[in-house]
This record gives sequence, C-alpha cells and structure tokens, in this order.
Amino acid sequence: MVMPDMQSSAPKMSARGVNVFYGDKQAIDNVSIDVDLDHVTAFIGPSGCGKSTFLRTLNRMNDTVASARVEGEITLDGEDIYSSGMDVVQLRARVGMVFQKPNPFPKSIYENIAYGPRIHGLAGNKADLDQVVEKSLRRAGLWEEVKDRLNESGTALSGGQQQRLCIARAIAVDPEVILMDEPCSALDPIATAKIEELILELRGNYAIVIVTHNMQQAARVSQRTAFFHLGKLVEQGPTTEIFTNPREERTKDYITGRYG
Amino acid sequence: MTGVMIVLIIGALGVIGWIIARARATRLQAEVGRLATNSRPTQHGWYVALWTMLPAFAFLAVWANVMPSLIADTVLATPAAQTLPVDDFSRNAILAEAQSIASGSQAAAFNPQATELVEPYRAATLRYSTMGAILAAILAFACGAYALSRVRPSFTARYRVEKVVMWALLGASLIAIITTAGIVASLVFESMRFFSMVNPLNFLFGLNWSPQSAAMGYGNEDAFGAVPLFWGTIFIGAIIAMIVAIPLGLMSAIYLTQYARPNTRKWMKPILEVLAGVPTVVYGYFAALTVAPALRNFAASIGISNASSESALAAGLVMGIMIIPFVSSMADDSIAAVPQSMRDGSLAMGATTSETIRKVLIPAALPGVVGGVLLAVSRAIGETMIVVMAAGLAANLTLNPFASVTTVTTQMVQLLTGDQEFDSAKTLAAFALGLVLFIVTLLLNIVALRVVKKYREAYE
Repeated sequence: MVMPDMQSSAPKMSARGVNVFYGDKQAIDNVSIDVDLDHVTAFIGPSGCGKSTFLRTLNRMNDTVASARVEGEITLDGEDIYSSGMDVVQLRARVGMVFQKPNPFPKSIYENIAYGPRIHGLAGNKADLDQVVEKSLRRAGLWEEVKDRLNESGTALSGGQQQRLCIARAIAVDPEVILMDEPCSALDPIATAKIEELILELRGNYAIVIVTHNMQQAARVSQRTAFFHLGKLVEQGPTTEIFTNPREERTKDYITGRYG
Repeated sequence: MTGVMIVLIIGALGVIGWIIARARATRLQAEVGRLATNSRPTQHGWYVALWTMLPAFAFLAVWANVMPSLIADTVLATPAAQTLPVDDFSRNAILAEAQSIASGSQAAAFNPQATELVEPYRAATLRYSTMGAILAAILAFACGAYALSRVRPSFTARYRVEKVVMWALLGASLIAIITTAGIVASLVFESMRFFSMVNPLNFLFGLNWSPQSAAMGYGNEDAFGAVPLFWGTIFIGAIIAMIVAIPLGLMSAIYLTQYARPNTRKWMKPILEVLAGVPTVVYGYFAALTVAPALRNFAASIGISNASSESALAAGLVMGIMIIPFVSSMADDSIAAVPQSMRDGSLAMGATTSETIRKVLIPAALPGVVGGVLLAVSRAIGETMIVVMAAGLAANLTLNPFASVTTVTTQMVQLLTGDQEFDSAKTLAAFALGLVLFIVTLLLNIVALRVVKKYREAYE
C-alpha cells in the first residue's frame, strides 16, 4: 500500500482503506488518498481501473447502485461521510459533481442553474436568485455567450457549452469540492481547452478532483496525480513527479503509453 | 370437395417444384462452385414454389367469382328453364332454391319448377368446377415448369423471392388501412342519409335527445340534439374516469420505476397490466351490480335524495380503474426513457428522490404522459359495455355525478339493437353519432402520437 504524503494542513477530504464491491466483485481495493483545497487532483489509469467508481464514493453517488457496497473511511473536514449522522443531501450539496456526458436538465438555462439554489433554499428572492445565476454562469465562463437567452432550453446549447452549464450548475450551490468524471471525453478539442481553462480558474476556490483518460490533460490541469490500476491505487504524488519520475514500473509503462 | 382437393393438389405441386428446383440448384452449385451462383438452392426452391402456386391460386380466386354466373347462364339455357317466369325476382328465387337443393343444404323444393332445375344445376356445377380445377392444375404445372427452366447459376432467384415477400407484407399492412377506409366510407354514407333528414346544426348543438318520440312521428328536427350525449360521454370518460386514472396511473408508474425493487416490479407490473386484459363486460357487471348500488346508498346516507341507481359516478369510477394500465404503462415508458444521467445530475445536486421525480423526471416525461392520457381518453370515450350497463339511458344535461347520464356509445347500442328499419332517422342517428365519435377519437390519437413522437426525438 502507498501511504499518502504528509500534509502541512488538514486535507479537505481523505479516504482510508476504502474497498468498493459490486455484488461479489471487488472494484476498489484498499485505497487511501487525500484531496486538498487549492489543488486539482487527477485520477488517471486504464479503462475499468476503478477511478470513476472511487470518484463516485466521494459524494456517495454509488448509493444509487443497489448492489454497491463501500468499506473503509472517507471523511469530509474530518467527518465520516458514510456515518449514519451524515445527510447525503447535505453531502452532495458540499461535494458537487460533473459527469462524463453533459446532462443539462430539459429546462431553460436559467432554470438549470437555479435548480440547486432552489432545492437548498439558498436564494431568498428572485433578485438573489438572478444574482446566483449570473455569478455561476460568469464563473463558468458562459455568461457572455448565454446572457441574452437565459430562457432557452439548456439542451439546445453545444456540447461544450452544455458541459460548462453543468459546471455552472454545480458551483451554483457553492460546493467545497467538485468531482469531475471525465468531463471532456464527449467534447471536441476546442471545447476541451475551454473546460481546462475553466478548471484552472476554479482551482483557487474549490478542491477539484478530475478523472481523466487523457494524460496530457492530467499534466496540464492537475497539481497532484493518482494512478489507479485494477482497482488499486498504484502511485500518487505531485503531478510533475508522477510524469517525469514515477517510482513504480506500472506507472511508467502507462505514462509512456506502453498500455492502457 | 373439389375446391379443397384442387388447393391440396396445387400445394403438392408447389412442394414438388420446391424439391426439384432445390435439387437442381444444388447440383448446379456443385458443378460451378458456390461463388459462381447468385442464389442459394433453397431460394431457387422458393422461387419455383411461388411460381407454381401464386398464379394458380389467383386463377382459382377469379374463377370462384365468375363460376356462379357461368353456371346460372348454362342452367337458364337448358330446356327445363324455358318455362321460368320472366321477372327477375321470382326467377332468381327458383334458381337459388335449385342451387340449395343441388348443394344439399335443402331437402325439398317449395317451387315445383326448382326440382326440375336441380339436375342441370348439378351437372353445370360439376362441369365448371372440374374445368376450373383442371385449368388451375395446368396453370400451376406450366408456371412451375417455366420457373424450373430458369434455374441457372446466374439466375437472381433470391432477389425475386425477396420482392414477393415485400409485396406480401405490403399487402398485409394495406388490409388494415383499406378496412379503415371502408369503415369511414360506410359511416360517412349513412351519416349523409341521416343529415338529409336532420339538420347537422340541430344534431350537433341541440339540447334535446328523444329519438323514440321522433320514431313515433313527432317530427325529426328537435328530437336529435346530441349535446346531452356528448356531455355524458365527456363527463364519464374524460372527467370522472380521468380524475381516477391520471393520479393513480401516474403514481403507480412512479412507484414502479423509481421506488419498487426489481423483484417487486417483476410481479407487480404484469398484474397491473392484467387489468387491461379484463373484458369490459366484466367491468360493466362490477359497475352495475357492486359499485352503483354502493354509491347510491352512500349518496342517500349523505342526504342526496335523488341519487340514481345508474350513476355517472359509478360508470366513471370503474372506467377510471379500467384505464389505469393505459396511463401507467405509457407513463412508465416515458419515465423510464428519461436518461439515467438526468436522475444522476439531479441527485448529485443534493436533490432528494422525490424532488428529482417532481422537478426533473416528471417534467421531462410530461409529453409522454400527456400522450398516454390522451390515448386513455380516446379509449374511455369509445368504451361501450361499462356505460351501457352502468350509466343509464336518460339523456340528462347535469353536473350531478349521482344522476343518471347517457353516452354516445350507449345510445348507439340502443338505436341499433333489436329489429330496426334502416331508413328512419332514429336508426341512422347511430351512424352520425359513430362518425362524431370516430372523428374525435381519431383526432385525439393523432395529437397523442404527435406529442409522444416529438418527445421521443428530444433524447435521440
């Protein structure tokens, strides 16, 4: 097992000895990792290595899969998110998620952003809500493109715009952590570049975890990288180190493109 | 007897042609190799079999239609027929009697002249049916032989057989369409006759429905106001039934798609769908014998004195129960068609399951649900047995659900059952009602299907 590096301050989220099972099949084997504020953490690894599964344990989205079972401890600000005292609704408001395929609701752009603040009661009146919507869209770099058509359907936007809309939707509830599950895999290179730019801009305010297939992307946007293989966390460390001087043979093979 | 025989013979020829053609094609293929042959041996077999059977059957079909008049002409030309009366009516009656005796469905003749014609009739029938059978057999043989002569490596039997299959399938699908057109034509034709006796405006907007008084000669103009019928139909089918069916159907669909465990869903959904398979007459009994008296007692106990034993509410409630599976299975399909990613997106925002259902799934599935409801309404207003048994016959224009109302379908049954003369406005009114019902349900179906289709495209 690879122990997480020592941190100077307490990590935002930390996982210790996490196992995930789908029925009898073990998908994640004894993973321990920390996620820090101010950092973008990238999970890389070949298809089926469990990186997305592990990501989904961080906001308990695996709860929606009936056969999934999680062991071990995952904490958010020191609080166990799988304890019975943890409210999953609150957890997901604090740990937002952006999915592989853009999934805006079939509602207007405005309603897509307002969805989260409404259900969590974050905006008292219409003016507050307008402000939240504008702020979120600005942060997601989408405001200039959509400000004149907030009432049009979110599904009418282009793929890249839809994904930025989903990011805006996620930050509208002011989360502390944002999980991104291969957010660019359905997008073209230009839209991908925009999302990456956005991730770099958001870095200061949120702890961001991004799962990616694309190693250049991990190198470009992340400060820390974790390499998963066959459900195990093989190696983690500062991104530059992982990419220039990996300790493990398997990491080196994957990064140099020998498999994966 | 000869008819069955000849069909069997042609069928046998077809089988023989199939076997020979297949054998020949197999031999040819062995000689020149698989790649040099266009079609597989079996396809050659089908080609020959189709050529053997189709023209012969087509000929038989035509012959069966021509034969009666040929027989009649021959019989009329015999010396025994020269003494027949000249007028068509009595001559045809005697001929028909002779035919019945000849074919054995009648034992003795009422007209003495018919007896004399029996023998010529028998002879002519035998002659023409034998002739037809022989011609059909020759045709089958000739066409089969022609087709067999074309079996060669380069022959495109596969393509030709496919063509026949396509035409056969096209024919099958056209039958339903042609039948619909026939139904429309007959409805329109009879309705025109009705509207030549009663002003369409009086029919569509009149408030008084009393066809019996019209039949007794009190004049047509004011007796055929169908508004009470339309109201009764809408009251029962589109209002009361839907108040029952929409919430229950929608909620059961939500439970089944979102909350039920797979095992529960596995037995619950089929049971719900069994409701759709119960014959409506059974629902009718239930409405008339169980629900209606219970409702009347209930109404009496809360002080409604004029509650009828045949009430709109009884029919509407039971019809609503009947419609539940339609609403729930359409809603089920359209909720299930909302991509999982929508659900995940909402849950990942911290929404609860019920918030997700209310704010994301239902709005996204709404067009499909609306389509299902419209289909259910069109089914409900066309439904007959429940309202015949439970809704009553009085054409009341009332808002009281405990009162007896009548519907379009109930009145159609009333107007058409029993011995009726087909040239009175009273009987023809049923066709006009049918036409209105047909147009309304057709429009509802078109709108429903368009709504559903438009929605389906949104996710693909």
